[in-house]
Amino acid sequence: MSMRLFVSRDAGAVAVGADEVALALEQAAAKRGVTVEIVRTGSRGMYWLEPLVEVATPQGRIAFGPVTEADVPSLLDALASNTSHLLRLGATEEIPWLKRQTRLTFARCGVIDPRSLDDYRAHGGYKGLERALSLGSDAILAEVTASGLRGRGGAGFPTGIKWKTVAQAKADRKFIVCNADEGDSGTFADRMIMEGDPFLVIEGMTTAGITVGATKGYIYIRSEYPHAVEAMNAAIKAAKRGGYLGDKIGGSTYSFDLEVRVGAGAYVCGEETSLLESLEGRRGLVRAKPPLPAHHGLFGKPTVINNVLSFAAIPFILAEGAKAYADFGMGRSRGTMPIQLAGNIRHGGLFETAFGVTLGELVDDVGGGTFTGRPVRAVQVGGPLGAYFPRALFDTPFDYEAFAARDGLIGHGGIVVFDDSVDMRNQARFAMEFCAIESCGKCTPCRIGSTRGVETIEKIIRGERVSENLALVEDLCNTMKFGSLCALGGFTPYPVLSALKHFREDFIPAPTTLQAAE
Amino acid sequence: MTAVYEPSYEPWDEKRGAEIIAENAKQEGATLVILHALQEAFGYVPEAAIPMVAQALNLSRAEVHGVFTFYHDFRHKPAGRHVLKLCRAEACQAAGGDALAARAEAKLGVPLGNTTADDRVTLEPIYCLGLCATAPSAMLDGRLIGRLDEKRLDALVAEAQR
Repeated sequence: MSMRLFVSRDAGAVAVGADEVALALEQAAAKRGVTVEIVRTGSRGMYWLEPLVEVATPQGRIAFGPVTEADVPSLLDALASNTSHLLRLGATEEIPWLKRQTRLTFARCGVIDPRSLDDYRAHGGYKGLERALSLGSDAILAEVTASGLRGRGGAGFPTGIKWKTVAQAKADRKFIVCNADEGDSGTFADRMIMEGDPFLVIEGMTTAGITVGATKGYIYIRSEYPHAVEAMNAAIKAAKRGGYLGDKIGGSTYSFDLEVRVGAGAYVCGEETSLLESLEGRRGLVRAKPPLPAHHGLFGKPTVINNVLSFAAIPFILAEGAKAYADFGMGRSRGTMPIQLAGNIRHGGLFETAFGVTLGELVDDVGGGTFTGRPVRAVQVGGPLGAYFPRALFDTPFDYEAFAARDGLIGHGGIVVFDDSVDMRNQARFAMEFCAIESCGKCTPCRIGSTRGVETIEKIIRGERVSENLALVEDLCNTMKFGSLCALGGFTPYPVLSALKHFREDFIPAPTTLQAAE
Repeated sequence: MTAVYEPSYEPWDEKRGAEIIAENAKQEGATLVILHALQEAFGYVPEAAIPMVAQALNLSRAEVHGVFTFYHDFRHKPAGRHVLKLCRAEACQAAGGDALAARAEAKLGVPLGNTTADDRVTLEPIYCLGLCATAPSAMLDGRLIGRLDEKRLDALVAEAQR
């Protein structure tokens, strides 16, 4: 008897024991004289079910999870005798949480072997690039523009316009830079795609290269993601061997090469100009804009700098056409967004869906509320610079403009859930503290404002002149919002002000009533 | 089954340092690449290496020192024998990370960002490991741990103290 099993090698699965389970499966099978092939995939993104073990059957893959080492013998028994098992989840594709998603970017993640170029190609990989090579620059730009794709890093700038600007720039060298400095807490989509479908990122960047006339690309990955660094390096090597990077890619006249660079623990380097400084080997100080990186980017040359998810959306758009992508979504937010459900949540993970789903659906329905079982009180959307939303705003649709209209942002699509034990004073304080720790120091509102913010919120927490200090914090937030050079100082006010606005009761001490003498 | 992983580093050696710098100096924007490579070899970036990097890249010492001190990752002196990093960002805070961080500090007798007096364990905060759906999370010498709870944390601390 021979079996084909799938166990994730995603860092999130490994952190809860996937390596141990894979090893136990291998050893137990060997002991029984059963031949097993264990394919280490990316993650399907259902983290409460990790480590997830899938088995190939003629009817498709069947899933079991969450599996521990102790479950391995009984699991092999069940597989051998074709009987049921307590952890059996049925056909993977039919699991409702997965089935209700629209996976365009994450279609292959968790399915294929991320180390295998052949597996990538067998599942539709490089179709987009092949079409791009036949289209040429102008037609690719038209497709990307028509898809309505906006930068998935957070700012939501139209990708087609950015690419066109670089394509039209005249220079001896141009660069493609992938921002994989995914520092926002509550986000892990970049990590997942780099670990689970790295060729997708390479294909997207290569397409950008041939479109704008760049022959060199860099992927800047944060040092906190060693598994992603390893996966991207392995994929780049395989793509070079397979003729998809280097000279004459895919047999064409184009050349494109890629290199991974590793960050060094600075959150601000997720800001694009700071990232470029870091890539050039300097302190990650934010640059004033203009000039835009599209004109004056890496080493002073025209540069396309996009987030991992933006590049990862490109192959689908080119393979299936702009309309197939733009048909999803609402308003000016077209296509799908890989949303990440995190924090105190029962069903946390990666949920890719068309724009327009409401925050309440995502948190209560998809996420299943908190894992502590206590009521959801606040959710922070969009990372450390995103606003805290109360239940009263759960009807907000997931859309760039709708969130902006409610003084929030969708950012990189992370949603962090808090239960009713949260003290919003601490969260407001932390937002300022994080800004103080991570500020690059170039502009005063961010560098000094964040430290004064921590101090003032601490006074409020201690109950010192609360209403005056609250007014001071609001004033300070305005200064930071309008006076900072980049989003770190400029957006730190979002979590602070939203906490003040929607959770005012946490900041105002309960009226002290005179206690009757005992 | 998890084998105890001992990070091992070479003692600082000027000749070896010069080799590492030369190996990486030709890349564009090589400063971070070189600092990473030095730290990987020696466990920290020795003060003596800064002017060597500056010379190799035709930069001033101040510039290289500025880069070295800007980034949280680079160490001025060797860390403890084991490094335990606890995620302190929002997703882990929401999942009970504050109490776990306080527990680790109490168990090891040092605040976050410090090394125990016996040089066995360096306890550090980290801002997001990207394991936010299995929070709270930690990293012990490069090994990732999700769904951290008191029991798992105590086991990690004990392992690090060995």
